[in-house]
Amino acid sequence: MVSLTINNKKVSVPEDSTILEAANRNGIKVPTLCHHPQLTPFGGCRLCVVSVKGMPKPVASCTTTVSEGMEVATSTPEIENFRKLVLELILSDHPNDCMTCEATGSCALQELAYAYGVKGQEYAGERRVYAKRDGNPFIERDMEKCILCGRCVKVCDEVQGVEAIDFTYRGFRSKICPSYEDDLDCEFCGQCVSVCPTGALTGKQWARKGRYEGVREVDTTCPYCGTGCTLTAHVKGNEIVRVSSKPWSPNEGWLCVKGRFGYKFVNSPDRLTKPLIRRASGEFEETSWTAALEYTAAWFKKIREQHGADAIGGLSSARCTNEENYLFQKFIRAGVGTNNVDHCARL
Amino acid sequence: MQRNNIEIRVCMGTGGVASGGAEVLAAFRQEVAASGIAASVKEHCSTHQVGCRGLCAKDVLVDVAIDGEKVTYQFIKPDMVPRIVKEHLLENKPVDEWRVGEDYERFGRKQIKVVLADCGRIDPEEIDAYIAIGGYESSRDVLLNWYPEEVVTEIKQSGLRGRGGAGFPTGLKWELGKKAPDDIKYIICNADEGDPGAFMDRAVIEGNPHSVIEGMIIGAYAICAHHGYVYIRAEYPLAVERLKRALDQARERGFLGNRLFGSNFDFDIKVKLGAGAFVCGEETALIASIEGQRGMPRPKPPFPVNKGLWQRPTVINNVETLANIPTIIRKGCGWYTSYGTEKSRGTKVFALTGKIKNPGLIEVPMGITLREIVEEIGGGIAGGKALKAVQTGGPSGGCIPASMLDLNVDYESLAKVGSIVGSGGMIVLDEDNCMVNMAQYFVKFTQEESCGKCVPCRVGTKRLLEILERITKGQGREDDIERLETLSGGIRNMSLCGLGQTAPNPVLSTIKYFREEYEAHIRDKKCPSKTCKALLTYSIDEKLCKACGACLRACPAGAITGEKKVPHKIDQAKCIKCGSCYDVCKFKSVMRD
Repeated sequence: MVSLTINNKKVSVPEDSTILEAANRNGIKVPTLCHHPQLTPFGGCRLCVVSVKGMPKPVASCTTTVSEGMEVATSTPEIENFRKLVLELILSDHPNDCMTCEATGSCALQELAYAYGVKGQEYAGERRVYAKRDGNPFIERDMEKCILCGRCVKVCDEVQGVEAIDFTYRGFRSKICPSYEDDLDCEFCGQCVSVCPTGALTGKQWARKGRYEGVREVDTTCPYCGTGCTLTAHVKGNEIVRVSSKPWSPNEGWLCVKGRFGYKFVNSPDRLTKPLIRRASGEFEETSWTAALEYTAAWFKKIREQHGADAIGGLSSARCTNEENYLFQKFIRAGVGTNNVDHCARL
Repeated sequence: MQRNNIEIRVCMGTGGVASGGAEVLAAFRQEVAASGIAASVKEHCSTHQVGCRGLCAKDVLVDVAIDGEKVTYQFIKPDMVPRIVKEHLLENKPVDEWRVGEDYERFGRKQIKVVLADCGRIDPEEIDAYIAIGGYESSRDVLLNWYPEEVVTEIKQSGLRGRGGAGFPTGLKWELGKKAPDDIKYIICNADEGDPGAFMDRAVIEGNPHSVIEGMIIGAYAICAHHGYVYIRAEYPLAVERLKRALDQARERGFLGNRLFGSNFDFDIKVKLGAGAFVCGEETALIASIEGQRGMPRPKPPFPVNKGLWQRPTVINNVETLANIPTIIRKGCGWYTSYGTEKSRGTKVFALTGKIKNPGLIEVPMGITLREIVEEIGGGIAGGKALKAVQTGGPSGGCIPASMLDLNVDYESLAKVGSIVGSGGMIVLDEDNCMVNMAQYFVKFTQEESCGKCVPCRVGTKRLLEILERITKGQGREDDIERLETLSGGIRNMSLCGLGQTAPNPVLSTIKYFREEYEAHIRDKKCPSKTCKALLTYSIDEKLCKACGACLRACPAGAITGEKKVPHKIDQAKCIKCGSCYDVCKFKSVMRD
């Protein structure tokens, strides 16, 4: 453990901690846009600079490791002025269309601009303008809103291992894009969307569905596979408008394309919401759950009596949760009385 | 006539090649062969190419040395060669009218050549030429007779500091490299020279590539590295070619590879071409580039000497730094410390350019005054204009006003006045240079070369540039100077790497010394040096105009009207301010204001 003082408060943190980690661990907030706790430090936005006694210049707390006896001040008039300047610069090259932006209410840049009272007028100048929109089906990439924090590049590389995007060009023209500026053609896990601190990356199907007004967050389990990722459905009225996942979930907040973007079936008009029984005529007929279950149970019993329990087999789905699958095999083995039970994931 | 030795040396540095050095060399070879001189020479007769001699303005430069008596010719073209061969070589009467003049001698008088000592003397493409002047003796001696610690101590005591810009003590860097605990270490030669107007490293590699290789061998031995890289920009094709050839030759002789010079030490060097990014001269970006990543700097610490290439301890030295090493070893640190100042030892190579009579490559002892460089070596300002400032250190440096001409050129003195030694660019500015325009030029460069990683550099320099642009267009605002200063302070303090941290230097130093020029642009909408086009107005003085029609014909925009005997007029709406009328008028009737 290393002992240091942050804002005159004595703290003790593990060796190799960064100043930012040490501050966060002790409840001291330091603003940042490019840092993400699950990704390697980047040091690009420069908002997390702090003053360290003995250092001639402010240092980025996200990339500077602590040392014994270090004296850190996370907020001085000079530091706050520098932060304000950086925010002015970022906003001077930002569309500032929060009125219609999908990320309003969940935008880290917006929150910091609000906290510092920065409008981006002080150094107003040329803004990047990109006419071309990405034609991929899932991810809206509005590069005019991109602040080049590099989180998307890192998550794609470090978490997903895909490396679909990277920095291109230099200077003011620097831009993040797929190779040759093609449309994004990756596995569309949307990890990049989940770490984007602004509205540069959003889900295409989120558009105009609802931001925060009247939107409830419902934690649930992804129905797609047995991994059982915990996801958070953002529900407005009775419709899912967006899906995210929280970093404390077993899946650490990461999802795949199905979990993140494949939620439309929930509100699909084609979805079966009531049980159907096929009558002798071949037509399906709507019925109640009680009637359907009784009908099925009666047939199971009949088959078992006539042909024995081994005439029945059960095949479960990988889309069920582990608990559901457990119950299913219990039902087949103990209830029906046969070991003829399997699961589609084994096929 | 009996002679022991004849040597003809033709400059084939970049400047020499551009001026037709290859043709001159061919002509000499042909004429010498045809004249049958070789047969009359007892020991040695050779005609060969050499690297940069420094005074590129006089290329093609040719040395003709007969029994050690050297005559240097300037501005040589192939058709001049037969006369030289006939009169000088055959009749022993040098062609006086083509000899270099007094300014050539003065150009060299205050220079001390260590790194450039053999550039312009030996054939850079022949390892034997380098060996003949004692090349590879230092490395052989070191590898066979010295302990690595002794090498480190020697370099530490020489006081040599990194010539790439920052001036970090080389011996200390090697000591840290030596102490870094790892089986695999690297030494990298940074040849990604990118400052506008700078060509020191290029000239060294083109003129004496083996000295850099030898420096790397000694450095590798000192830090116990077995792998070396030269990171060199692809825009230097001649340097790359000569370097690769030199590496092959060194390998053939057993100076690279396994068991160098019969010792137990293995070392080899790979060449990695840079793709033209200025930021790759920054060492962490350079490392990323060698690793195949985008050249973007990362925060330090960890320093490369602890975690560098492929996460291994890595020492990165500049070309000029390494080229100093063999001579320091050969002549001893005591000899080296006899040059320079207490804190800045030895010599430094500068690329002297701009409004100077004798632009070229110079090597001077640290601590020499700017006045000696500008007035004596450089021969003063071209065209009888007045000196305004000297810009040192390229885009990271600053402008030093003429009033400070007696300043010593060393790391500390230049830093004190807001500039830097940098890698060695030195641009001389006269009264016709606008300082706001100058700052704008350098900020444009850094802005375009910013890697885009951190906000202050990527966006900050863009805004800095926009403010400078509007000032030079006459749209400056009353508080723009303060705005420039605040923004510069932010960029300097908040940027991630050296590129951004030093990017405001050209702005801050020009504001510091030439504030009135900024004010003239902003308040009076005037450019005192008449450089900024948007602030100029061309008009014709009717009394002086002889209605000759010269300006009318010269105007590309059709902005001038007039007939014979009728004074001409400029239509301001059509005028594109190109200055053609001003240049062409013989009667000084065109006014520029």
